[in-house]
Amino acid sequence: MTQEVTAITVRPVRRPAGGTAAGLGVAVLYLSLIVLIPLAAVVWRSGEEGPGYFWRSVTTPDAWAALTLTVGASALVALVNLVMGTVIAWVLVRDRFPGRAVLDTIIDLPFALPTIVAGLVLLALYGPQSPLGINLAYSRAGVVLALMFVTLPFVVRTVQPVLLELDTEMEQAAASLGARPFQTFRRVILPNLIPAMLSGTALAFTRAIAEFGSTVLISGNLPFKTQVAAVNLFSQIEGDNTTGAAAISTVLLVVALVALITLDVLQRWGSRRG
Amino acid sequence: MAKHVLRLVAVVYVLFLLVLPVALIIWRTFGDGIGPFAEALTSPSALHAFKVTLTVAGWAVVANTVFGVGAALLLVRHEFPGKRLLGAFIDLPMAVSPVVVGLALILVYGRFSPVGGLLESWGLQVIFSTPGMVLATVFVALPLVVRAVVPVLEELGDEQEQAAHTLGASRLQTFVRITLPGIRWALGYGIVLCLARSLGEYGAVAVVSGRLVDQTQTLTLFVEERFQNFDQPAAFAAATALALIAVVTLLLTKLLRPKDRSHGN
Repeated sequence: MTQEVTAITVRPVRRPAGGTAAGLGVAVLYLSLIVLIPLAAVVWRSGEEGPGYFWRSVTTPDAWAALTLTVGASALVALVNLVMGTVIAWVLVRDRFPGRAVLDTIIDLPFALPTIVAGLVLLALYGPQSPLGINLAYSRAGVVLALMFVTLPFVVRTVQPVLLELDTEMEQAAASLGARPFQTFRRVILPNLIPAMLSGTALAFTRAIAEFGSTVLISGNLPFKTQVAAVNLFSQIEGDNTTGAAAISTVLLVVALVALITLDVLQRWGSRRG
Repeated sequence: MAKHVLRLVAVVYVLFLLVLPVALIIWRTFGDGIGPFAEALTSPSALHAFKVTLTVAGWAVVANTVFGVGAALLLVRHEFPGKRLLGAFIDLPMAVSPVVVGLALILVYGRFSPVGGLLESWGLQVIFSTPGMVLATVFVALPLVVRAVVPVLEELGDEQEQAAHTLGASRLQTFVRITLPGIRWALGYGIVLCLARSLGEYGAVAVVSGRLVDQTQTLTLFVEERFQNFDQPAAFAAATALALIAVVTLLLTKLLRPKDRSHGN
């Protein structure tokens, strides 16, 4: 710690250097103790028994099944969000109808609702006692449904502000030149929305990969069938297989990191175009 | 025509995915009046779970608020090498699965690790106890206050702070009289988000708490445990309580949200 602090104080800064260095030192120490050292410990532990052990931990039949299910379901959910999120954002910005403000507020509910409650409410409507007669409990469809619930706001909330800023003059110009509504959408509106749509989708994907609480109740956690990676990881921790759990954690961290780097690249691409 | 189809698709999707499930659980909870709801939530286990939840969330919110304001000031008002990296590290918890958070904390602060062993010899048990649950909650909610405050600090600029400084105000005076009033709505927004996330955390707390009934059981863990033990009324009542907290949070954030997005039309 002290080394980092002194290394920074010798550099010229705009403000009194002592304040910056002390503040930075405290912030880095806090982050290190709570976030960075524990995460580094996970990665370190995963490699402790060598790459062979790492590979075997990740490819045990149940872990592998959980990982592929998680990535597959997350990709599917990300796609659903790409389409539905854009539709909802469109309706919220361009349409006027009674209840629109309520819809706009309610979209954020999955961010505020505890994930275990999300799983429970879905199970109430789509479980064995479903008043609709639809039972998705203990099925992969149930897992997808839970992931759709928790990721709903991401694409809506990234596309909505872009759509609000979008000038309608270009659309009017396109329409006056004889473009049909769909053509206007595809040629004029869509190119402006794509960066936001993709970054929202990447966020939804990252969230879905990591999801735990909402899938616990509705999936029944059946290995090889409905067990997602985070739940598999949880059972390995409970079974004291720490090194195996660390290996799966590392895979999840890497997948999330790749998705976030992709997101960063997409955002730069978007801002360069804008 | 197309307009109406899109409207219908959006409304039906949100209705069936979000509104009906939440409404159903509230309806089922209050189906027999408010009596059973109150009864289920005032059992000793439920009350204890409330207490644990409030303790853990309270500490986590205090820690994240102090850190959040400090880190936001650092990121906006100071220049130093590695600034982007610090920002990225602060956002990192968003991308980490809650279960991984739990494992990470166990590896460092668990009884069988050097640090955890040392702390335990000093009489401080972290994992399977309140400090570990606070750490886990701080971890998952870490970026919320920072990310709420940063844009407002950027927009405010530092001219007023500079002026106060020239007029002889100390750093603390400048912060309390100038900076804090400027960011108070954004800070409130961040704190509400942080509190909601802390009250509702499940995965990370499930791992580090050991899920000891009547000891380290939070309200979210109570929901799961009651449900698995076929005590649906208690699970539904606690879930409804948490859902109502979420709805209140939502309305509060709506009031406090920086108004930049609403007048875009």
